[in-house]
Amino acid sequence: MASTIRVRATSSGETTEVQALIQHPMDSGFIKDSKGELIPPHFIQQLTFEYNGKPVFTADWGGGVSKDPYVKFAFKGGKKGDELKVSWVDNKGATDTTTAKIQ
Amino acid sequence: MKLRSTIQFAAAAFALALLAFAAPPAVSADKVDPVADEKAFKKFFYDKFPKLKPEDFVNGPYSMDADLYKQWQDKEQFPPYEFSLELGKEMFSKPFKNGKTYGDCFPNNGIGIRQDYPTFDEKEGKVITLELALNRCREANGEPAFSYVRDEMAALTAYMAFTSRGKPFNIKVPNDPRALAAYENGKEYFYTRRGQLNFSCATCHVQSPGEKVRTEVLAPALGIVNAMPIYRSEWNGMGTTSRRFTTCNSQIRGVPLTPQDDEYRNVEYYLSYVSNGLPISGPGARP
Amino acid sequence: MRITTLTSIAVLLLLGATSALAAGEDDYKAAYAAAEAANKQAASLRNQWTTTASMLAAAKKFADGGDFDKATASAKEAEALAKASIFQATSEKERWRDLEIR
Repeated sequence: MASTIRVRATSSGETTEVQALIQHPMDSGFIKDSKGELIPPHFIQQLTFEYNGKPVFTADWGGGVSKDPYVKFAFKGGKKGDELKVSWVDNKGATDTTTAKIQ
Repeated sequence: MKLRSTIQFAAAAFALALLAFAAPPAVSADKVDPVADEKAFKKFFYDKFPKLKPEDFVNGPYSMDADLYKQWQDKEQFPPYEFSLELGKEMFSKPFKNGKTYGDCFPNNGIGIRQDYPTFDEKEGKVITLELALNRCREANGEPAFSYVRDEMAALTAYMAFTSRGKPFNIKVPNDPRALAAYENGKEYFYTRRGQLNFSCATCHVQSPGEKVRTEVLAPALGIVNAMPIYRSEWNGMGTTSRRFTTCNSQIRGVPLTPQDDEYRNVEYYLSYVSNGLPISGPGARP
Repeated sequence: MRITTLTSIAVLLLLGATSALAAGEDDYKAAYAAAEAANKQAASLRNQWTTTASMLAAAKKFADGGDFDKATASAKEAEALAKASIFQATSEKERWRDLEIR
């Protein structure tokens, strides 16, 4: 299975702009399916972006974030060719990680 | 109670409509002329939106609203249909149990051919849409058919549309009475009012494109099928042409027909034909 | 043509207005059968309304609960809705040409 994370990071010299799209159902636990039964909660709890082994962006999420969430942010520093590590862990303990080269 | 007043209102509306059309326009079924239809159809939209270029119409509501357009351009850097596209590509290249692939069912191995569908099958005497052809391909190879309104079909058509991006629609209505009848039936379906709300497809997509229904900007009928399948944020997922047609029907309180019934195939045929020459832009993303 | 359609509208209005009589299971069954028949005809015209289906379902639910007054009333509503959808399908048969871009 292909990675659930798409990420693109571009450095402008001083700052690095990061965009990411993550494939995840993000079920809040409050929605019912077509049979009227509650869909159990299933959402990403923590999303982390690490550069040089240090987190540059951490998000603590809950069920209020939409399906297949999209994130965009920028941080100071970051060099072209360096690696950015992205990982998430959800409330069921599932996790995924990927790395991307800064462009 | 509420319903009864709705019926009475509907009945009154019919009565009013009848009075308004007291003198019957007496339009007889004149000759079916797809070429003239296409010309008139395009002229209507080009006149209605003089600032738009023809190829802008395939982007639906984004061409009608500057703010939406800006958001969309940002979104297209990481389009929400990307996961579906990837799944479609994987499915498309994976052989069936008998070793054959989808590509074996189509000309040019199925790559870059979206713009030729729906096509008229002279042997069968009916319109064949891409979704129908895909399921027939599966069945011919001993695989169960996919639901026409769910993710698998959307993923496959998304991939096939992607390989045809930018290619102009090239729908042919051969000079065969059955093809002309199918085309005419599709046109009739498009313009006929139905459902308790008494809407036709044209009510929204010809009379009111660019206007809002609640918060949504209505897309013009011209180029609307070029973007299929679409990721609808409203749906939180992908939708096929079949899904679009069936939900359109239920939204106006009509019971949808079965996906790929003759009427739906014909209306897709009609809509695609009048958008001939405009580029395929699918898979699309819509609010 | 116009007079008959106006009469049928009057019939529709009447159908909506008379529902206050006490009804038994037989009344309900007759009303339900009539509504179903009309809805079937709408299906053959490819123009059923979703509201007809929900009204039929409501009628059945009331009947299952033993409330034949409400069940009969809902079935009659359903029939009126189905007849309105038949009327629509018939009257729009040729009128679509007025909308057509030419």
